[in-house]
Amino acid sequence: MSTELGPTPVKSPASGGTPIHHGPKGVGEDNKILSQGKWASWLLAPTIIALAVVIVYPIISALVMSFQKDAGLDPVTGLFTAGGPAGVQNYVNWLAQQCSAPGGGTVACPPGTLGAQFWSATATTFFFTVVTVTLETVLGFWMALIMARTFRGRSLVRAAVLVPWAIPTAVTAKLWLFIFAFEGIANKLFNTTILWTGSEWPAKWAVIIADVWKTTPFMALLILAGLQMIPAEVYEAAKVDGATTWQRFRMITLPLVKPALMVAVLFRTLDALRMFDLPYILTGGANNTTTLSILVINQIRQGFNAAAALSTITFIIIFLVAFIFVRFLGANVVEQSGATGKGKK
Amino acid sequence: MKSPKFLLPAAAAGVLALTLSACGGGGGTTGGGGGGDAEQGLDGRGPITYVQGKDNSNVVRPLVDKWNAAHPNEKVTFKEQTDAADQQHDDLVQNYQAKNPNYDVASVDVVWTAEFAAKGWLQPLKDKMAVDTKGMLEPTIEAGSYKGTLYAAPVSSDGGILYYRKDLVPTPPKTWDEMMQMCSIAKANNIGCYAGQFKKYEGLTVNASEAINSFGGSVLDKDGKPSLNTPEAKTGLENLAKAYADGNIPKEAITYQEEEGRQAFQDGKLLFHRNWPYVYNLATTEASSKVKDVLGMTALPGADGPGASSLGGHSAAVSVYSKNKATALDFVKFLTAEEQQKFFATQGSLAPVLGSLYEDKELVAKLPYLPVLKTSIENAVPRPVSPFYPAVTKAIQENAYSAIKGEKTVESALSDMQKSIESASAGQ
Repeated sequence: MSTELGPTPVKSPASGGTPIHHGPKGVGEDNKILSQGKWASWLLAPTIIALAVVIVYPIISALVMSFQKDAGLDPVTGLFTAGGPAGVQNYVNWLAQQCSAPGGGTVACPPGTLGAQFWSATATTFFFTVVTVTLETVLGFWMALIMARTFRGRSLVRAAVLVPWAIPTAVTAKLWLFIFAFEGIANKLFNTTILWTGSEWPAKWAVIIADVWKTTPFMALLILAGLQMIPAEVYEAAKVDGATTWQRFRMITLPLVKPALMVAVLFRTLDALRMFDLPYILTGGANNTTTLSILVINQIRQGFNAAAALSTITFIIIFLVAFIFVRFLGANVVEQSGATGKGKK
Repeated sequence: MKSPKFLLPAAAAGVLALTLSACGGGGGTTGGGGGGDAEQGLDGRGPITYVQGKDNSNVVRPLVDKWNAAHPNEKVTFKEQTDAADQQHDDLVQNYQAKNPNYDVASVDVVWTAEFAAKGWLQPLKDKMAVDTKGMLEPTIEAGSYKGTLYAAPVSSDGGILYYRKDLVPTPPKTWDEMMQMCSIAKANNIGCYAGQFKKYEGLTVNASEAINSFGGSVLDKDGKPSLNTPEAKTGLENLAKAYADGNIPKEAITYQEEEGRQAFQDGKLLFHRNWPYVYNLATTEASSKVKDVLGMTALPGADGPGASSLGGHSAAVSVYSKNKATALDFVKFLTAEEQQKFFATQGSLAPVLGSLYEDKELVAKLPYLPVLKTSIENAVPRPVSPFYPAVTKAIQENAYSAIKGEKTVESALSDMQKSIESASAGQ
């Protein structure tokens, strides 16, 4: 069938003809391109199949599951029975915070169910995202500006800054758990008796502090890469023209570093929206630190299908945020690579 | 021009993905089955696998070696899971769901039994597969049963113990009220009075259930329906809330898991501490322990006698998907036999399930907490036995936490617990 699609009347190797690279010289250019394309597609096939298996299949499977009811209990045998199709009920339950009622139908989820936590978890997730990304951007920018200067021991500083980023998040969380324990260093150092993981705002700040400590270096390095793209001559010219430091920062540094900055902010935002390890280990989700990802994991233990619906909702939320970033705020991760692709053609 | 050809492998991959997902849709629905699988392989003999969490004190391997030496044709392979209970649970769920025939015998936490049994994953231990439970402590059998049928044979047990300071408290309290009166001693010595595990996690379920059960309440009734709107349950939970409000439970206890509490007690900062038997060894041997010579142990305090401890421990269950169930059953019997039980106790400090061992002089000399632990386990109430346990424990944690911190009244906390559990058991 591939022959029909081919542009030339020459027999293609797939239909039993002599393989092109062994064939006589002087075969048309078209044929060469054709064989190259063919080879390329076969060489790429394993990758595409691998992607299909590890990405496409789980996503489709999750979608299929999210439209199924979770298993219910047969009151007579005491055994679970398959739930059957649910339509969009799982999604409606999450969004409207409805739970099953004992006699059938649904009621507003009572406190203590996971369903009752959907909107508060969404709010918590966005709160953490906005606060941590803002702090990390400001601090990261500042660190990048310092690291961009030339001074003795600069490479040492750059390496040292990376340490928090290199530590696995779960380990970071455990470290901060010890620091924020009642008898921990934080309370000893400031001579306070704050229940860091036991009351609402300290718990939130504990998560934020740990997250900022861990991911500011990532921001700093991405911004630093952007800073180093700016040619020194531009600054020299500005100096000659008599621009003040602030003017140079505002009129040169900021606009020129913006593409790199936006990409860094986008990455961190997407990352922060699926925050899981830090609050899970630090507080176990207590005191209003339950994020959407924690809710998904908790729900998995109670019913896969509702969890599939919730993770789909989370996915859509994150996708929308990414879309807004790329579309309206000019974080052009996608466009740039698309443009270079076109250029090559 | 090359694009149509290019699409071929991609299309093939797409079709493959769709086929796979179709399979996934079928496999995603659980339960129901099991009826047929439970009849299969009852006489099968051959090599089997035993699955358990991390073998920290090296008790399982010697036992498996011993078994293998005696049964060269029915060798047991030990598959070790991680040491985190949640991960063990999820690993078992995944393998049962995949109908893995190689998870022949698994060590099941007492709180998972009902869930796994209701999913149809565990072989009922009756008729041909019956296990002799004579001599086992009653609560441990209850914890391994679902709807009156034994699904998991008790292997090890665990119960709460009240640790206290012998130097400050001459006679240990028998009831909760007595203990609260003794809190003046703590105040005079400028230390905290009582702490258990009150962080929002599984330990809080244990402590809240104990408070409720000790005063005659219960989380679930005999039929597995929530029964929390009772005066008994209210008194129980109110005791915790009141003690926290008036400082008898120090405020930092709201962040305590087992280890934080043990540390505080060992540092001499607590008069009474509810914890598991493992504390005994550490508190008497660790160099930093300040309570080495003044460590007292007694049963948990209740309304007018010993309180109702929550039961811990593990049972051995046979998978319905096992092909060699006869061998699996023999291995389960082997694990529950007296000789192995003794080995578990001496080597791993695991509380035996056979009542007679608690009077064994040799054992008691080695593990002096055994008599106290026996009282604890005999009075123990299994944590709510429900196939919806994950939802039940969340409902208890969420609401007990708010009640203890005084963010909502005990009454509304209990009624929210009740409603949450009702909703969870109503299914989707």
